Amino acid sequence: MAQTINMDAVPGGDPKKKALPSDSRYGWLKALWRNRKSRVGVIIFLVFVFIGILAPLIARYSPTSTNFGLLQPPSARHWFGTTGLGQDVWAQFVWGTRSSLIVGFGASVLSTILAVAIGMYPAYRGGRLDQTMATLTNIFMVIPGLPLMIVAAAYVHETNAFSMMLIIGLTGWAGRARVLRSQTLSMANREFVWAARLTGASNGRVLVREILPNMTSLFFASLMYGVLGAILAEAGLEFLGLGNLTGASWGSMLYWANNGGAVLNGAWWWLLPGGLAIAVFGMSLALINFGLDEVTNPRLRVVATMKPGRRRYGKLAGKGGSFDEA
Amino acid sequence: MRYILERLGFLLVSAWAAITINFVLPRMMPGNPALIAASRYQGQVSPRALHALKLQFGVTNKPLVVQYGQYLINLLHGHLGTSLTYYPVPVITVIDNSLPWTLGLAGMATVIAAVLGTFLGIYSAWKHNRAADSVLTTGTTFTGAIPHQWLGLLLLFGLGYGLHWFPVAHSYSPSMTPTWSLPFIENVMYHAILPALTIVVPGMGAWLLHMRNNMIQTLGEDYMVFARAKGVSSRGQMLHHAARNALLPSVTNFAMAIAFVVGGVILVEIVFSYPGVGYQLFMAVSNEDYPLMQGLFLFVSLSVLVVNFLVDLLYGWLDPRARRAGEA
Repeated sequence: MAQTINMDAVPGGDPKKKALPSDSRYGWLKALWRNRKSRVGVIIFLVFVFIGILAPLIARYSPTSTNFGLLQPPSARHWFGTTGLGQDVWAQFVWGTRSSLIVGFGASVLSTILAVAIGMYPAYRGGRLDQTMATLTNIFMVIPGLPLMIVAAAYVHETNAFSMMLIIGLTGWAGRARVLRSQTLSMANREFVWAARLTGASNGRVLVREILPNMTSLFFASLMYGVLGAILAEAGLEFLGLGNLTGASWGSMLYWANNGGAVLNGAWWWLLPGGLAIAVFGMSLALINFGLDEVTNPRLRVVATMKPGRRRYGKLAGKGGSFDEA
Repeated sequence: MRYILERLGFLLVSAWAAITINFVLPRMMPGNPALIAASRYQGQVSPRALHALKLQFGVTNKPLVVQYGQYLINLLHGHLGTSLTYYPVPVITVIDNSLPWTLGLAGMATVIAAVLGTFLGIYSAWKHNRAADSVLTTGTTFTGAIPHQWLGLLLLFGLGYGLHWFPVAHSYSPSMTPTWSLPFIENVMYHAILPALTIVVPGMGAWLLHMRNNMIQTLGEDYMVFARAKGVSSRGQMLHHAARNALLPSVTNFAMAIAFVVGGVILVEIVFSYPGVGYQLFMAVSNEDYPLMQGLFLFVSLSVLVVNFLVDLLYGWLDPRARRAGEA
């Protein structure tokens, strides 16, 4: 990281470029905090991460222990009530946070690496390799992901957190490979890339040191959506009874709530935490991305920041009010 | 014409890829389906029965190329093996009975999500940076992350078992016989409401955001200033000038949306015991019924590929630029 920042200070770098705060390579991190939506996202995200890290300290009970009364509503003793098997739902939620985040990040890192290798590198090299990889990406984009994962997971048989990561990571890269590819294509002929090439930098070096740092925000967005996708995929697989259902995860909580009759018994406290955790965590990732998008996507800023655009838009918006009454 | 051929080419290539994945996957994995099936009977299977099972699964000791050829020939004849769950019903029959339900449910939900999401997107863009826009766009970040199975269970809990407004399972009342009569179709629709709603809510957000962002882009275009200058009403500006131009790229969303919907439908069908491919896939997984599982995977994939092909054609028809880009 420090090295790439130093790159900005390379003599001959465009001084005007550095004057604009949003153009500095890590300026988007600050902008992320300044944007209200993404700040809320970052805070929620960190809360979940801390719950995951502190799981052994705050869980209070073992998530698999069945020593408690069956289907007890939330109380001081059991904050989130108990399951139909007499397990503590809070303990399951806390430990589930840890395992779901681990699988989510693990799978996303794997699929992002694949997306970079399949989407970015060939796009930069161009030619036949790029054609082949682009076709491969398009094929994997249209083959439905969940059914493919289901069949793969069904064959693996003894699934654990690691094999889960592999299955989700190996199948879920295509959409992001396509985004990274198109961005790389637009970057490959920029002047600074040519400058680096002409100084004799190797392809890999140009890609990692020149192109990638300019795509950090997109790269992070890709990683984030990968995490959400992986958590949803894991929950989906577990809902079919695939994966390790003896351990606690958000997905297995939903599986047991469904198969243990939470709906029939009116045990809303058993039903709510797993799905709500996924949705709120997913929301935090989307909010962060939303902020990223507004910071980095100039198209969305045209209206908001360019002076003529704003003036134009201000009047339009004023009229927009009358649209309601019309 | 060139464009159509090109899309057709991609359809064939991707169909071949799906068929080949279906062949390779079981052979890549440790153990083979026949052994797994045999282990279900706890070693009470004679070597001869095991051999029969292997034959049924198409697992032989012949070279892979021969196996692959045999597999393709079987596929052409519609021989996908026999389902273990519904023994001795052929897999193709199970698919034949379940695929229409899934296509109907998924199709209906996709169209509703697209229309609703697009209109909300138009509205959101028009209210850019105001409360309504903020609420809608922030709302989608939540709805977009809702697991389908969870929302399905909640709806089942509240509107099904709680208020008894909607049926809690199956695609039509058991007392009815499937016909093309109006009461039966009404009954099917009634049963489809909750499952469809479960798919629409998480799926809508992507349409909304896409349309909103496209709209905001078009709002900055010169023709919008011109429209205003020549005195077009706000409603006219919004619907006939901005939205029309922003709508086109939304069509490309279908490819992503379909993949998302297929995943959702599978989970939703399990929650509502809806007799489509998702529910059958669940049965196949629970019973380790590999022939059925693979047949379902293949047909779900092929359906998605065909739908994508049709959307591509539609897009090419709507936007001549896409055709020309294909020719370049």
